Amino acid sequence: MDQIDRRLLNLIQAEVPLCPEPYKVLAENLGITEQEVLDRLARLMQQDIIRRLGGVFDSRKLGYKGTLCAIKVPPDRIDEVATVINDYIGITHNYLREDEYNMWFTILAQSPDKVQQILTEIKDKTGIEDIINLPSQKHFKVLVNFKVREDHKESED
Amino acid sequence: MKLSELDKQIVMELQSGLPLVSRPFEALARRLKITEEEFITRVHAIQQAGIMRRIGAALRHRRVGYTANAMIVWQIPEDKIDVVGEQFFHLPEITHCYQRVSLPQWPYNFYTMVHGHSREECQRIAERLAQIAGINSYRILYSVAELKKSSMKYFMD
Repeated sequence: MDQIDRRLLNLIQAEVPLCPEPYKVLAENLGITEQEVLDRLARLMQQDIIRRLGGVFDSRKLGYKGTLCAIKVPPDRIDEVATVINDYIGITHNYLREDEYNMWFTILAQSPDKVQQILTEIKDKTGIEDIINLPSQKHFKVLVNFKVREDHKESED
Repeated sequence: MKLSELDKQIVMELQSGLPLVSRPFEALARRLKITEEEFITRVHAIQQAGIMRRIGAALRHRRVGYTANAMIVWQIPEDKIDVVGEQFFHLPEITHCYQRVSLPQWPYNFYTMVHGHSREECQRIAERLAQIAGINSYRILYSVAELKKSSMKYFMD
């Protein structure tokens, strides 16, 4: 990644303008051609630095509620249990963490019943009963942008 | 704002991704058999209603230098939650901050996500947060593996 990539990543994380030729607007900001913006974005996606380019929605306003769950998984069953859990579209994040509750995942669903149904299925499929469900009561901050350091000469990638 | 069937289709198109072509909204509009102008007008309305935050890129944050991610969970007295939430909101190290239900086997009711460039940095952040909040009952859960990280596919679950 060079400095233009880094500036492009910061711009495109913040917002793609809602106009007929958004990439041209980004190109003008960066002082490069529209084609170069498209080429760089294609490469950054191919390198999996950009995970997705698209609409960022407020799940609550779309009628979805989120919860965080954790399950105690024996060390030798991590892959198997992760496969069961990751299979659900509504489970968007799943992390292995250092704790007795070692697998932490989020569920987005249109009702608490649907969340319960997913948890029951996970219990049935894995035979693990110890799952905690921690719905949020209040959101204080949800930030999804990561400032990319623009002063780096080369990345480790 | 109640989403029409067309709006839901627009949401689904935007969540699956913005095409890397000179006129991306024209390309998406064509799939839905509407005009580019109509598409942009609807997207603007969806954004004005707060349903879509923006169109933008989601990065693989591990690949832009944020390698350590820690969830710090806190036990905070109910009457101090709002004050601490407000204090934490302003700290750039914290990307997510939620109040959640607590359980007998998991007494933590306040959750912060921090992303650092190293484990030590996350540790230092936690100590600083504890000092700011005046709360000593906390636990740091480092992530050891990202098992899944995807964007929600609304209306497709």
